[in-house]
Amino acid sequence: MGFLDTLLGRTKPVQPKLDDLFAVPTAAITLQAAMGLVPTGTGSVCFRAAEGRAFSDIEKDVRELLSMGKDAAPVEVTKDSYGFTWLVCRHAADDVEALVTDLHAVNSSLVDGGFGPQLLCTLVSFRDDSGKRLGLVYLYKRGTFYPFAPLENERRDSALELQVRGAVGADLKIEPDLSRWFPVWGAPGL
Amino acid sequence: MAKTRYAPDRGLTARMTLTLFLLGLVFVAFIIILVWLLSTFGVSSGAIVFFAILLGAGLTIGSFFYSDKIALSAAKAVEVTPQSSPEAAKLHGIVDRLCALADMPKPRLAMARSPMPNAFATGRNANKAVLCVTTSLMDGRLDDRELEGVLAHEMSHVAHKDVAVMTIASFLGIIAGLLVRFAFYGELFGGGGGGRGGGNNNNNGGGAIVLLITLAVGIVVYAVSFLLIRLLSRYRELAADRAGALLTGQPSALASALTKVSGDIARIPQKDLRQAEPLNAFFFAPALSGKTGASLANLFSTHPTLQKRLDQLSEISEQLAR
Repeated sequence: MGFLDTLLGRTKPVQPKLDDLFAVPTAAITLQAAMGLVPTGTGSVCFRAAEGRAFSDIEKDVRELLSMGKDAAPVEVTKDSYGFTWLVCRHAADDVEALVTDLHAVNSSLVDGGFGPQLLCTLVSFRDDSGKRLGLVYLYKRGTFYPFAPLENERRDSALELQVRGAVGADLKIEPDLSRWFPVWGAPGL
Repeated sequence: MAKTRYAPDRGLTARMTLTLFLLGLVFVAFIIILVWLLSTFGVSSGAIVFFAILLGAGLTIGSFFYSDKIALSAAKAVEVTPQSSPEAAKLHGIVDRLCALADMPKPRLAMARSPMPNAFATGRNANKAVLCVTTSLMDGRLDDRELEGVLAHEMSHVAHKDVAVMTIASFLGIIAGLLVRFAFYGELFGGGGGGRGGGNNNNNGGGAIVLLITLAVGIVVYAVSFLLIRLLSRYRELAADRAGALLTGQPSALASALTKVSGDIARIPQKDLRQAEPLNAFFFAPALSGKTGASLANLFSTHPTLQKRLDQLSEISEQLAR
């Protein structure tokens, strides 16, 4: 924010960065090879719905768009306790590319409709043999990823998260500021 | 090309520019008159002006650097972590998401025990920011969406660096106020007060006139800058409402929070109101908004009227739905 904006009390809503999302399939391969974390085929997009007709129309369009096509997966829509909307897409576990394409379709619809600033994050979930869960969270506004590994009782498996950071650091832009690795408890599809 | 729904409010920008310009104008005029006074009548009252500026600068810099600590201790607020209480966990959760949405560093969070549902943000920059809510804001009077609206409003104050802007804007008023006080006492005690630092003896007619003029100029500058700062504060509130509503995409939730909070505050007994008054400039809704209709009160108010804020929010709501 520039000096003039500060003086005049102006902020521009932050536009999302979308392209880095396509790095996920590569990272998925690395995660599987290095740590035994396998994609579950589930991913979700989280956004803050704006009030009014315009947004609900776009939201409806997105859902219709995702449920079309021959191998269309059912799309679930849930609202979390913070009032954020999650669109959950399910694909075959080995088809991370299709999943990411679907997630990207949601992004671009919102951005084209002028609601890009409403996008919060995207989450692609992984799991290993012992039942450990991991979400790879993409922060739209920063254009960075961070790992999120929830345990019971709203605790995080920080060791696993840091291990993942080391493993996929070369494939993905990992959020360098640890204070921005905010938890998404109870994220659908995780 | 994606269209943008977030048009800046040019009217508000223009009005704020004008206010800042006038504030700067008063400041420059003030300095010119002081320099003229000093050069015409010699340095007899130089010490007074010098001390006023020195003390004023000290106070401003102090309140700038310790704004977070001063405000928190005035509100008797304690910093909270997500583990402190269920309310604190909820607060952290909401702020986490707002920070991710707005791409801002997370402020520290504090809670203050108070029967008035309210919130304020302080700290000289985004990294030092503290966001404080009162316990009664979290007691279920506001639903989650409204609470989020209030917090988004406060986060906008942080993003706009309102503490820094308002502190610097108040600098002029502080100096003018101190000068008036010094000149007044100087006059009272025959102009001897100013001699302590500079070693000048101004027990003569010229010194008295200078002090009188300084007094008059100080009063005028103080009054004008006071009104301008209040005006600026009201514009900053509107700007924060706007940015907060656009951040969550829910202007109506913020509007309903405003009506609830203002209504609740008007019913709170007097004693608490007076205690809370010094913090007003940073509060979400001012504690003394109970009286309606008086335009003079509006002129002195740190916050715009409820109606004005609601009007702006409904305009934003229309923009979003289009």
